[in-house]
Amino acid sequence: MSRIGVFICHCGENISRTVDVEQVAAQAALMPGVAFAVDYKYMCSDPGQNLVKNAITEHRLTHVVVAACSPRMHERTFRKAVEQAGLNPFLCEMANIREHCSWVHEDREEATDKAIEIVGMLVERVKKNRVLPTITVPVTKRALVIGGGIAGIQAALDIADAGHQVVLVEREPSIGGHMAQLSETFPTLDCSQCIMTPKMVDVANHPNITLHTYSEIEQVDGYIGNFQITVRKKARSVDEHKCTGCGVCMTKCPQKKIPNSFDCNLGTRTAIYVPFPQAVPNVPVIDRENCTMFKSGKCGVCQKACGPGAVDFEQQDQLIVEPVGAIVVSTGFELYRITEKTKGSPIKGYGEFGHGKIPDVIDGMTFERLASASGPTGGKIQRPSDGKEPKQVVFIQCVGSRSREKGISYCSKVCCMYTAKHTMLYHHKVHDGQAYVFFMDARVPGKSYDEFWRRAIEDEEAVYIRGMVSRLYQKGDKIVVMGSDISVGVQVEIEADLVVLATAVQPQKGADLLAQKLGISYDKYNFYSEAHAKLRPVECATAGIYLAGACQGPKDIPDTVSQASAAAAKVMTLFAKDKLEREPIVARVKESGCVGCFACKKVCAYGAIEEKEIRDRQGNLVKVVAYVNPGVCAGCGTCQATCPSKSVELDGYTDEQIVAMIEAL
Amino acid sequence: MHSEKPKHDFEPKIIAFVCTWCTYAGADLAGTSRMQYPSNVRVLKFPCTGRIDPVFILKAFQQGADGILVSGCHPGDCHYIAGNYHARRRFAVFRKLLEFIGVDLNRIQFSWVSAAEGGKWVEVVTDLTERVRAMGPMVEFKDLVLEEQWSGNLNNPELQAVYEAM
Repeated sequence: MSRIGVFICHCGENISRTVDVEQVAAQAALMPGVAFAVDYKYMCSDPGQNLVKNAITEHRLTHVVVAACSPRMHERTFRKAVEQAGLNPFLCEMANIREHCSWVHEDREEATDKAIEIVGMLVERVKKNRVLPTITVPVTKRALVIGGGIAGIQAALDIADAGHQVVLVEREPSIGGHMAQLSETFPTLDCSQCIMTPKMVDVANHPNITLHTYSEIEQVDGYIGNFQITVRKKARSVDEHKCTGCGVCMTKCPQKKIPNSFDCNLGTRTAIYVPFPQAVPNVPVIDRENCTMFKSGKCGVCQKACGPGAVDFEQQDQLIVEPVGAIVVSTGFELYRITEKTKGSPIKGYGEFGHGKIPDVIDGMTFERLASASGPTGGKIQRPSDGKEPKQVVFIQCVGSRSREKGISYCSKVCCMYTAKHTMLYHHKVHDGQAYVFFMDARVPGKSYDEFWRRAIEDEEAVYIRGMVSRLYQKGDKIVVMGSDISVGVQVEIEADLVVLATAVQPQKGADLLAQKLGISYDKYNFYSEAHAKLRPVECATAGIYLAGACQGPKDIPDTVSQASAAAAKVMTLFAKDKLEREPIVARVKESGCVGCFACKKVCAYGAIEEKEIRDRQGNLVKVVAYVNPGVCAGCGTCQATCPSKSVELDGYTDEQIVAMIEAL
Repeated sequence: MHSEKPKHDFEPKIIAFVCTWCTYAGADLAGTSRMQYPSNVRVLKFPCTGRIDPVFILKAFQQGADGILVSGCHPGDCHYIAGNYHARRRFAVFRKLLEFIGVDLNRIQFSWVSAAEGGKWVEVVTDLTERVRAMGPMVEFKDLVLEEQWSGNLNNPELQAVYEAM
């Protein structure tokens, strides 16, 4: 006979405002099997948890139902509390009467009725819950970091410094990411290269870091503590071990006119190239699409020029399997490009800005390359069209961002600050030039940020115009910018030499595909979702996977670095134990019923189902049945729904439990 | 602030079978965003839509459900790699069976609602509730259950006819 305790939380007023909690408690007390029912203001607080613990001892409770928020929020909290009181944690269930009831209904009577029914369902369910022992699994103390921008570099260094092995995978030929492209960084105007490149070298030299550049994640198998990652190391056509990084191959390459994407296509590069001189590793890669050897089969100049004989045209993609215990995803962002409408992009395009057809309309990253000492112009501000020094520059903020009708409703967060920085850099380099900024609001919260923005206006003479631009058009060698100044209510027309657009920050291309491989969730813009917006901001809902940087949402460098270190700390916490406790939600086979059809084996995505022979005492084979390897089973339950003889059961979600819930309706 | 809610003669019972990772989280998001939807729906949480046995749907109809929603992760987004694909195939076949035995398929809704789609959850639940409300109560299964119990009576004229024929 079960003695169930039902605990109803007010959640301050969040639940009690629409649900009559006292009535729920009174009704719950009448339900068959319920020995005790009570309501309390904050059940998750320390006194609330103590209330649960004391009631378990006092009323000799056998099962517990906590009617409060979503189990995604506090199931773990209450299961731990129940465990401390001596009950198996899986004898505790949560009834979600906040997210699924009090917050979504206004009618008090209806909400109360619904809450009572939800509690009733869970009471019936919990009666059928069984004691489940926790399963421990070993932890592979190696971490995988995906993406070698500042987030990935920081996370990798932190984990490696703690003494754990790290595998860092980067899609591009060099690590460094977008931060390596920046000229100077706000709010201190540090040279980005000066603070970034030493960290890149640290990664390359760290004994605990294995670096795979020009590589992508092919496949992800396993689960927390025991992932198997297949990395595709794309053919570089240059042997990394033989190459000395002398660069002779690049000087000899006859293909010299390929636009350099690292310089936002302002400069050119050769077909065998390193993206930028400070690249890590300093090993060139052959761009097979543009290489004469790969296109026509004749050339091979670089191979002849290479002293150590590192150039290898025959090199193939390599698949490397890396066992790891935790994954940090730090794939970063890309800027919305006004020139191309990507398929499936939420942004509808900017016809009024000529869709980027005017050569002197550039985006913020291109301006960074113009202003960078290592950029294609050596740090001189020159227009892309004719190389002239622009005397009037118009900066337009919120291009794509904060514009619901065009598709992206979020704020890209970094543009206000980098545009203020751009006006300063421009003023430092072109003393007689004038910068104008069209802006909606200045969103500059952050340490020393507001001061920085004010400095751009007060000391560096940038003219800020509150309003948006309605149209851009070319007139001679000028670009006419038509906008409005809403502070004074007049139309503004500026003849600019150069226009810089602060385009929206978006997740990297292919972010959704990677998420599908990892089994993590992402929002409609393809930003990765954290487990909880406030309390678990670096963890994914999928155990063992953590987030760092702009792949989660637009972020500046300080925030990215903080999050990367936080993700690293989470990984270290995981690695602090030798064994990991995992939820015992796994499938079990009832061997007596199993007929050995192995329909379950066909549907199991994890290969958790094995064939097991049952023999009698004489050693004669009686039958072959299915066996679920509890270490591999992820607990989806597809096998159970598939089994024709109902001989496999998923602990925690048995047919009994579910039917009990349905019957309670 | 509260608008007067229209009173209906019939309030359908809607049962939602959802997966933890996408739709349950999406419904949570609808809650945290304080969206409003009809209170007819009762949510049953599963690890994955792959776990949902068609028998549960029949059972729910037997227990007096008027409408059923099955919802999980979008194709390709399954937390368990492919559970939603198995579910999709299973329910494609199951729908045909239901249609064959005479269940109006408008009472069943299969959908994909991701963890970020609180709005879509509200939309799906509201649409289904209104549709089923317009259709009226689901009596076919209840009648069957009653008939089953009643047929224990040997004085049943149909049975008598059968016996006589023997």
